[in-house]
Amino acid sequence: MNWLLAVIQTMLFVALAPLLSGWLKWCKCHLQNRKAPSLLQPYRNLLKLTRKQPVVAEHASWIFTKSPYIVFSAMVLAASVVPLIAVDLPSAASADVIVLVGFFAFARFFLALAGLDIGTAFGGMGSSREMTISSLAEPAMLMAVFTLTMTASTTNLSLAIEHVLHEGLVLRPSFVFAMFALILVAIAETGRIPVDNPATHLELTMIHEAMILEYSGRHLALIEWASQLKLMLYGVLIANIFLPWGIAQGFSAQALSYGLLTIIGKLGVLAILLAISETLVAKMRLFRVQEYLSFAYLLGLLGMLSHIILEASR
Amino acid sequence: MNDVNWMDALRQTLAAESIAIESISEVPAVNSGKAAIWRIIDTDWQKLAEQAQTHKLRWSAGWAEQDDDCFIVHALFENQGTYLWTQTLIPLAKPELPSQATVYPAANRSERHTQDMFGIKFSGHPDKRHWTRHKAWGKHDYPLRKDFAVAGQPEHITPPDMDYAFVKSHGAGTYEIPVGPVHAGIIEPGHFRFQAVGELILNLEERLAYTHKGIEKIAEGRTPESLARLAGRVSGDTTVSHAWAACMAMEQAAAVTIPPRAALLRGILAERERVANHLGDLGAICNDVGFSFAQMQFSRLREDWLRTQANIFGHRLLMDCVIPGGVKSDITDADCADIKQGIIQLRNELTDIITALDLNSSLEDRLYTAGLLSTDIAAAYGTLGYVGRASGQDFDVRRDAPYPPYHQVTVKVAFENQGDIASRFWIRYKEIMASMKLIAQFMALLEPGDIAAAWQVPTPGSSGLGIVDGWRGEIVSYVRFTAENSIARFYPRDPSQLNWPALEKLVLNNIVPDFPVCNKSLNGSYSGNDL
Repeated sequence: MNWLLAVIQTMLFVALAPLLSGWLKWCKCHLQNRKAPSLLQPYRNLLKLTRKQPVVAEHASWIFTKSPYIVFSAMVLAASVVPLIAVDLPSAASADVIVLVGFFAFARFFLALAGLDIGTAFGGMGSSREMTISSLAEPAMLMAVFTLTMTASTTNLSLAIEHVLHEGLVLRPSFVFAMFALILVAIAETGRIPVDNPATHLELTMIHEAMILEYSGRHLALIEWASQLKLMLYGVLIANIFLPWGIAQGFSAQALSYGLLTIIGKLGVLAILLAISETLVAKMRLFRVQEYLSFAYLLGLLGMLSHIILEASR
Repeated sequence: MNDVNWMDALRQTLAAESIAIESISEVPAVNSGKAAIWRIIDTDWQKLAEQAQTHKLRWSAGWAEQDDDCFIVHALFENQGTYLWTQTLIPLAKPELPSQATVYPAANRSERHTQDMFGIKFSGHPDKRHWTRHKAWGKHDYPLRKDFAVAGQPEHITPPDMDYAFVKSHGAGTYEIPVGPVHAGIIEPGHFRFQAVGELILNLEERLAYTHKGIEKIAEGRTPESLARLAGRVSGDTTVSHAWAACMAMEQAAAVTIPPRAALLRGILAERERVANHLGDLGAICNDVGFSFAQMQFSRLREDWLRTQANIFGHRLLMDCVIPGGVKSDITDADCADIKQGIIQLRNELTDIITALDLNSSLEDRLYTAGLLSTDIAAAYGTLGYVGRASGQDFDVRRDAPYPPYHQVTVKVAFENQGDIASRFWIRYKEIMASMKLIAQFMALLEPGDIAAAWQVPTPGSSGLGIVDGWRGEIVSYVRFTAENSIARFYPRDPSQLNWPALEKLVLNNIVPDFPVCNKSLNGSYSGNDL
């Protein structure tokens, strides 16, 4: 029964990810005084892409053709260990937050290899930039996550969320720092403005898009879907770790549906905030990204220090 | 009075250097400023450029044409608003001329274009490679020669232009990025070859001419009306100014003076074109640094502006509004009221948006100090329009060599000398404001009257030179007639031809991902350059 719930939760995760992207785009369009496409447009795009025949470069190896599947699977596995509407599911117990970071790194590794595989200048350029950014983002992310796990004395996400729920609403400086660090990392890792521009057509400025420039058809659909999943994963992490209230602690129908509604509400608000910030700021110069991510790391470090100094001694 | 001084001084220097001026004449000042024509002996061609350089003349345009028994090569120079039009004759049998590109880097691509199209060899030219010529013509076929058919000799498949020798970089960590001619976005085709180390640009080379349409060749034999239509298609975003320049040249050749009302209407059209394009560019520059909010706002303003044009002039981009002898359609008092209303609205909205942009530090961070073009390089390459004016080149045909209707008003020319992307951004904003003022002034000066003069058939062999200030800068248009009112030679020099080389310089020491915004801040026309 619990395993069935875990599978349903993961499927829900995968199914809702395009909707979140659609909602984000809808908010952005309205903030720019534009008419927005339907919320279902990302689904239509995925459907359209799956119907198209993928065009594969002559010199592509198996890495290029298999990477979309690997990346997508890694993201689905990552989604299965993050509590979406309920804690205490068996899948969450099987893996902890370090494994989650590992899934992200695994997916990125193959995406970067695929970018290099076909040998175009853009793919290599995109991979190089992606690895530069991730090498700076990963320590910042781990630092933020460690602050959390030190408080909860566990690296398991489900247990950590339960710990926060039991503690009640306490304003912890360490959590505030860690949350901001994680938000900054999330923006960088999901390729949003000001680090990367997901809507750009300027090949020389691209990071994530440059790596996947040669993909088409169902390959592209999988990669797009994986990116949408990644965005949702970070959204759920931020929402459920730092503001877990509303998440289902039992498996009654009422608790589960309440849990579903609250996570949809939380993600909706997060997307609005992201849309506002993306409307207000321009993309930064590539060489500013290191300062930005060092700042994220610094916030994570401050969170850890304030935990040790202010909270751990009590 | 200064104007006459440099010309006299140059003449004396030439005499001292024993460079003979075979003949001196003047361009008839029909609908345009004055220019002197000097004919030089071919062997002195380069020495002339050297002396022109010492007298601080700006190289403006260069082209050639085939006469019955010789080629005539032209070079146009300018200083303080006075033009010096130099010509030389070279025999058909041995088409060779000393290169001026050694003295004026601005002449580099122009001479390569002439070499590709006519087979005139420029000896001592610093760059031996082809320019406009890719692989479409046989080795000894020169498309602009008289013996080349207008239809050309098209092959089934044009072989790829693979052996163009780009500059190579060597050393650990340096690599090459080929970009284009097919781009990820919908823009004109052009190839850019970067040499980079990490993200730093070491060198950039442009390879253009992918949009070569044979404008010069298909102009041959056209009627004046038909040529005006063709000129309006040299570069679609500059349709008014190119048509105006071509008409000015034809009117000069035919000695047709346009009525004052036609001149004012042309002025209104040209300034409207400038505003529309600058609005688009302001938005595009913001979009290239990921700030799409601004682009959406500017696109909306541009769209409103274009719709007014469609209502009043019958075409969103004002195509074919300028005809030989005047303009195609008149405007009523009600139209004037609409235009005024549009200007008031645009001014108000623009002030709001610009204030918001000015306060945005993330945008400021991207635009300031990026894509720096120094005053010296801008001068050396003779950059024009907003690119030149943002880098200390204080020149504007409308003010310095005024033609009707600009002789009736005071043109305030926007000027900056920081030379970065922000400068080119703000210059555009200032020019929009100035243009709106000019449109209002022109409308106030409108008196009832004809909007076109009757066309007179020009005497066979007569020629004219039209020089106007398009939104990208000075446009030069050369026209010569044969008998029967038909065109023998048409050469339009778009300002992009002189601005494109500046891009290769201003991206140096910038990083690769900043190239798109550098490029957009210059916004050269591919079509206008490739002809």
